[in-house]
Amino acid sequence: MFEEMAKKPAVWLSGEGSDSQVVLSSRVRLARNIANSPFPSRADTDKRESILSFVKNAVGKSEGLRRGTFVDCAKLDDLDRSFLVERHLASIELTRCRDSCALFIGEEENTSLMINEEDHLRVQALSSGLEIRKAFEMADQMDEELSGSLEFAFDPTFGYLTACPTNTGTGMRASVLIHLPGLALTREIEKVISQINKLGLVVRGFYGEGSDVWGNLFQVSNQTTLGRSEEDIVESLERVTRQIIEYEENARKRLFSEAEDQIEDKIWRAFGILKYARTLTSEEVLNMLSAIRLGIGTGIVKSLSLPQVNEILALSQPAHLQKYFKKRMEPGERDRIRAELVRSKLGQ
Amino acid sequence: MKCQDCGKKEATHHITQVINDQKVTLNLCEECAAKRGFRNPLEGVPFPLAEFLASMLSKAQMKKQPEEADVVCKACGLSFSDFAKAGRLGCGGCYVTFKEQLDDLLRKVHGSTRHRGKFPNTKRDVMKPLWEENKLQEELRKAIEQEDFERAAQLRDQLKALAGKK
Repeated sequence: MFEEMAKKPAVWLSGEGSDSQVVLSSRVRLARNIANSPFPSRADTDKRESILSFVKNAVGKSEGLRRGTFVDCAKLDDLDRSFLVERHLASIELTRCRDSCALFIGEEENTSLMINEEDHLRVQALSSGLEIRKAFEMADQMDEELSGSLEFAFDPTFGYLTACPTNTGTGMRASVLIHLPGLALTREIEKVISQINKLGLVVRGFYGEGSDVWGNLFQVSNQTTLGRSEEDIVESLERVTRQIIEYEENARKRLFSEAEDQIEDKIWRAFGILKYARTLTSEEVLNMLSAIRLGIGTGIVKSLSLPQVNEILALSQPAHLQKYFKKRMEPGERDRIRAELVRSKLGQ
Repeated sequence: MKCQDCGKKEATHHITQVINDQKVTLNLCEECAAKRGFRNPLEGVPFPLAEFLASMLSKAQMKKQPEEADVVCKACGLSFSDFAKAGRLGCGGCYVTFKEQLDDLLRKVHGSTRHRGKFPNTKRDVMKPLWEENKLQEELRKAIEQEDFERAAQLRDQLKALAGKK
């Protein structure tokens, strides 16, 4: 499954949109539950199946959603599951589900619905670049259309009722995936992260909750969902992200004025490794691409474009690589094939 | 290169660590790397949230009512102690059953206990006054942010009038 999809990076990695040199993508997800029905973790198979059919029915009636694809998560193998997580279409929690879970992938692959994850429904929209508002508008429109045929669990005081109290209220999590090599190299990143935390936002690694930081990629998202409007969440994340971009740009300027030779060397060495290495781990690719992305942003690397870098980033992930070559590979073989793929992409 | 732990499989994980200023490089196969606790980020890690919630709750609530019988949600059968353990509620009804405890928890987590966001479109008519209050609050927030105090004063009056109607 998904071999066709794996040929190209996801739309949210197109390298388009505002500030896409620093901000890779923006994402908004809304947590929703169907009224008068136990949440997935307390629901038996029959109840979960009926939730699934309610949602399928609602999607069928929605003009904007009809043309996507439903994926039965219980039927996926481990490789399919990792692929969906790498593509940011499904959460790790959804791909671990036992039965009656589904993923709906919108026609353009920039929207998805997770059904019977922690909540009955997770509505998600992704957009390339710093486009939080656009992602919110897409998610909001899906929510509006679905609420025409589904009655959501809602309380006028508490707002949307969710399985985890950290999502209660708007049920909304907005996030940006941001590349901060300048702040990492000047070792200011920790200071910036602690400032971001004070502003009510959370910083995580590339794959979200609980993941490590690879390739200087950070995910910044709102921490609270109750007591503030969706508009407020979008605005504050946008404002803080612009501030982070400014810090990052200042850090880069300082790096170049103080250590131009070393930085330039770092960038070209990364280029050399990617171009000639015979084995590459995915972590190494992410880290080398971080240097090259910095090189593109500062005008040092001119022979590569952001969409090309994003393509290598997407395709070199373990599950993408195996889907791309349509075969299962052990880690050692993967590292060889990955190096081959990267060489061929850079040779073009 | 063979894995330095088992000596059998091919080493695919090359990990460099700095321990007491000494650089140590480990060459491990996938299994042995996992045994030492180096994991794939995609395999996920248990999220400490449940523990965090439980610790907040145990401090705030468990002490207050150690002798009292556990409260159980009639709609889904989840007991409050189950919730404190797992950090997950069972259904919308839990929000009614555990309202008192949740008020406290939500205030700690979000700094608020009052929804200020959108209403589902089916509820906008039935809950019109509340919905309008939310919209006015939002406009008020914006007006204050933009330092449009004239508009803010108008909105405050409208909010007062709305509260008077209730």
